[in-house]
Amino acid sequence: MSSLAISPNRWSIVEALETAAAWLLAIIWIAPLLYAFWAAFHPSEYAVHFNLFAPLTLDNFREALSQAPFLRYGFNTFILVTMLLVAQFVLCTLAAYAFARFEFRGSNIAFALVLVQLMITPEILIVENYSTLVELGLVDTITGIGLPYMASAFGIFLLRQTFKSTPKELEDAARLEGCGLFGVLWRVYVPLARPTYLAYGLVSISHHWNNFLWPLIVSNSVETRPLTVGLGIFGAPESGVDWSIISAATLLSVAPLLLAFLLFQRQFIQSFMYSGIK
Amino acid sequence: MSGSLRHVYGWLLLTPAAILLIAFTHYPTVATLVESLFSRGSAIRPSKFIGAANYEAMLDDPVFWEVLGNNLWFALGTIPTSVALAIAMALLVNRALPGRGFLRLAYFTPTILPMIAVANIWLFFYSPDIGLLDNILGVFGLPGHNWLGDPDTVLGAIIVMTVWKEAGFFMIFYLAALQTLPPELEEAAKLEGASRWYYFRRVVFPLLMPTTLFVLVNAVLNSFKLVDHLFVLTKGGPDNASNLLLYYIYENAFSYFDANYAATLTVVLLVLLAIMALAQFFFLDRRIHYR
Repeated sequence: MSSLAISPNRWSIVEALETAAAWLLAIIWIAPLLYAFWAAFHPSEYAVHFNLFAPLTLDNFREALSQAPFLRYGFNTFILVTMLLVAQFVLCTLAAYAFARFEFRGSNIAFALVLVQLMITPEILIVENYSTLVELGLVDTITGIGLPYMASAFGIFLLRQTFKSTPKELEDAARLEGCGLFGVLWRVYVPLARPTYLAYGLVSISHHWNNFLWPLIVSNSVETRPLTVGLGIFGAPESGVDWSIISAATLLSVAPLLLAFLLFQRQFIQSFMYSGIK
Repeated sequence: MSGSLRHVYGWLLLTPAAILLIAFTHYPTVATLVESLFSRGSAIRPSKFIGAANYEAMLDDPVFWEVLGNNLWFALGTIPTSVALAIAMALLVNRALPGRGFLRLAYFTPTILPMIAVANIWLFFYSPDIGLLDNILGVFGLPGHNWLGDPDTVLGAIIVMTVWKEAGFFMIFYLAALQTLPPELEEAAKLEGASRWYYFRRVVFPLLMPTTLFVLVNAVLNSFKLVDHLFVLTKGGPDNASNLLLYYIYENAFSYFDANYAATLTVVLLVLLAIMALAQFFFLDRRIHYR
């Protein structure tokens, strides 16, 4: 009996402690990013001297932009991500439509072979994929950076699931209205899969905005280099670059995605959640 | 739709994606296996078939073993900690508490940053004497340390950074799972006078098991695929103390120009990934049976 009398009280104390723990952890977690903001917006002599009255400055950003063409890198990343998204949507939609609604001969084996890419992603096979790009003459092109990721097993998988759960009656109705093969896809399946496209799109954008190893290998000029690679070669510690300038360059590189994330947090987090649970 | 036409349309729709998948996944997998059986070619001596000689050389290569060991320690260092933290974070922000939106945001934000940017930020924390960590130690009168330059601390330093980057990502899957638990469970536990720890250990944690398995597989995969930070932080050094398998493959292919040895190492990575694929298959299978 006594446990019944005590426990609500005990639980509330624990809850107060947990709230404190949650805030402490959050402050620790956000601190590195806040520090990058601190260093980027203050003169370098304040990099490790925290002073509420330290003067604010944009010089670090100006300096970073004058030392490396980050705007061009940003443009390259934007082109890469956009091109990839369009190609992925088209290719994955067609393939997923085939798997979901055409029980063609060998479709099970073909689907299993598609899923192999979930495990063996293109960056694992850098050696052979690089020689393929050499043969295709696509080294140091944005197309070359994007090409191995355009047919995405992950996208095909997600869209197939969604298309499969679309009621068959809707397709039959559309056919009666005179829709052909692509008419049904365009007017029935694609519109109903909008949440899947959003989730997959956000995950794809975040992934390719941040991708580094493969773009590093493929790109070797200002005209093709994405932000991550530009940042990677910018921050070489041997060159003795100022910390504040590196912080400014880092923030420049992550700003567009970070801003989009802060504005559309719910959609981003839900997309990651959705794509993981499938 | 009539029988034979269905097969034709099916294959036609699949063809564009299939061509790219074969070109960048299936063909290179097979080509890697073949390349690993050939010797390194040069201008005077063309590449020739040498059977398992590359594999024998690999087994005699102390760096290979060191790199594999590092990968193991890296996985053991990052995975349990980030999974435990992810569960803690999810439990903390799963109930109504002041500033819940901000707390979730704080935990999740590192996930959205590229690893290369994260490495840039943390490089400054770890740099000897002038770095933030040594400055904080200095306040307490403790001596500075070259965290990334010392073979004994470099892997630990990278592990801490990776945990910071990944815990929030795993948290969202636990949050999703916690929201599917019926609230009556907690009510019942309260009425029974169960301690919170008991309730977590005997009720919540077992119910989260499918999520934990999913997260574990992802975490293991990441520990083999994620090497971006090495480019900025250590370049695998000092003396390979922080080198990981994929980075070593990159070095062999693009710094030492030994594509055949790189292919041999890639085969090892492929075998490891295949084992994990089978493990995932087994786990997902079990998850369906026991529900």
